[in-house]
Amino acid sequence: MAKTAEKNELKGYSKEFLDHLMREMLIIRRFEEKAAQMYGLKKIGGFCHLYNGQEAVAVGSVAALDLSKDYVLTAYRDHGHAIACGMDPNSVMAELFGKETGCSRGKGGSMHMFDTEKHMLGGNGIVGAQIPVATGVAFAQMYRNDGGVTLCFFGDGAIHQGAFHESLNLASVWKLPVIYIVENNHFGMGTAVKRVSAVEDFDVKAAGYNMEGSVVNGMDVLEVYEALSKAAGAVREKRVPLLLDVKTYRYKGHSMSDPAKYRTKEELESYKQQDPILVLKSRMLDAGLLEDEEFQALDEEAKKIAQQAVDFAEESSEPPVSSMYEDVLA
Amino acid sequence: MAEIAIREALRQALDEEMERDERVFIMGEEVGEYEGAYKVTRGLLDKYGVPRVMDTPIAELGFTGVGVGAALTGLRPVVEWMTFNFSLLAIDQVINNAAKMRHMSGGQLKCPIVFRGPNGPAEYLSSQHSQALQSFYAHIPGLKVVAFSNPYDAKGLLKSAIRDDNPVVVLESEMTYGLTGEVPEEEYLVPIGKARVMREGADATLISFSKPVHYCMRAAQELENEGVSVEVLDLRSLRPLDEVAMYASVRKTNRAVVVDEAWPVASVGSHVAWLISKNCFDDLDAPVELVSSEDVPMPYNHTMELAVQPSSDKIVAAVKRAAYMD
Repeated sequence: MAKTAEKNELKGYSKEFLDHLMREMLIIRRFEEKAAQMYGLKKIGGFCHLYNGQEAVAVGSVAALDLSKDYVLTAYRDHGHAIACGMDPNSVMAELFGKETGCSRGKGGSMHMFDTEKHMLGGNGIVGAQIPVATGVAFAQMYRNDGGVTLCFFGDGAIHQGAFHESLNLASVWKLPVIYIVENNHFGMGTAVKRVSAVEDFDVKAAGYNMEGSVVNGMDVLEVYEALSKAAGAVREKRVPLLLDVKTYRYKGHSMSDPAKYRTKEELESYKQQDPILVLKSRMLDAGLLEDEEFQALDEEAKKIAQQAVDFAEESSEPPVSSMYEDVLA
Repeated sequence: MAEIAIREALRQALDEEMERDERVFIMGEEVGEYEGAYKVTRGLLDKYGVPRVMDTPIAELGFTGVGVGAALTGLRPVVEWMTFNFSLLAIDQVINNAAKMRHMSGGQLKCPIVFRGPNGPAEYLSSQHSQALQSFYAHIPGLKVVAFSNPYDAKGLLKSAIRDDNPVVVLESEMTYGLTGEVPEEEYLVPIGKARVMREGADATLISFSKPVHYCMRAAQELENEGVSVEVLDLRSLRPLDEVAMYASVRKTNRAVVVDEAWPVASVGSHVAWLISKNCFDDLDAPVELVSSEDVPMPYNHTMELAVQPSSDKIVAAVKRAAYMD
């Protein structure tokens, strides 16, 4: 699909757009660093899956959407998608703290970020369970013929679930406007994808559903953006689903309790050399679209937003215990 | 009033609701061209076409989840499971998604979806195709669960289920699709959460739902011949339960026999029996009886499979135990 955007190809993009991608990735990175810190201080509990390293995938993808009619669904590593969809980092952090002001009123936590106005439908804690649901969201778009597209993110671990197979077949038979994105960080929890998968590149699976599939470099936000723009255009025009295998890498363990001993320091370092923020930064510097001081300012702003989110969460009230009885039924 | 079968009552409910609201659509195995494995959806594909009636591949988890996603974004799906035995392949989508989305999104989402199909023992089907799985669904907060014993309630409850803004599990029974009864010509709804007194009595209360209500009615007739006056309460709704109706009846008769064709451990029947034991303790003249399935998988042999299930004989015996007539 889209070839890697070379340095001199940046001239095709406005500085405003590139700044937006940079700002979003920085906010997610600094937000996740704060989340890890707060987890260490026991302000956040339970399962907490961080997105550091994968920022380009959510940011590049969502930048290619029109969230007035498109939808996003993802798995439990969802803070980045929530922020990329335009959710207020304050409400995401407050949800991590379990506070009343959290997007899910403190009932969802890390794995269940929702914002119906932003068309972000979670945040699902069962591996692969969002794949049929996203397919159903696309079914409703087909039913209403409203021109919308659904982005369904899941990890390389989920691709072996039956839900994946059942959903892609249905989407293809019914011609549903959905883009399936394997956010392939090479590990399903602690298990390397090679150890449990018959194939390493998942684009080939598309053929079994008479769909098109491609591999995308998920460490490059512009490549992700271009791939998704093309995919969303094709899906809108032809009303058929697509499968993308987006290769990425998570810097942290699977969750906060995982020291990630199943991989080498060298492997981690090699990915940090391709860090999506640094890659975009160096391209923008080379193209004369960014100054070092400007980058520092963007980063300071991102740190401030993350700190403000923590302050907001700290100052927010605990939900009344009686609210557990609310929102069970409509 | 017209006399129609349960299958026709259900078909009318679907037809009327699809006519009334174009967001309502049907999805499942063999629901379209084949017109339903039990012919409940007869004629609906011809009348409404695709995408209002969607034949699916044999992929219960997949199409059930598709229903959930469609419900979250404004449609009102009716998902047919060919039997509840196959719903076990889809139960993750029901428990983890349909029942949870509203709560874990802090009330942002709602999931107006109906899951329906035949539940409970049929005949000569052995253990994988003859199971009463209501306890699995009735256990889950975030769901509503209804069951009916006659065409009137079948139609009225299914219409209410389709209009409800929550996931509603509708338990049908393969053995009673052909059972007939009176249904009014004019439109009506049966509210979810209200039990129905099928027969009034003074000496004991039989509490049941779905097909075993008929065994209860037969037992009550037999007991009447022996001079025992039995009230029969059809719960109709398993979640929420109509506790008011249950307690009112038991406080009148002072004896209760609960009949549930599911296994006895952690069942709707055992829960109802516990509620009555606890909340009507001072009114009870005898321990609450539970007539359930035997605690074994269903055998194929017909004599054995009948012996496994509740029967009017077993119910009569339970009432007599409660009345100290043995």
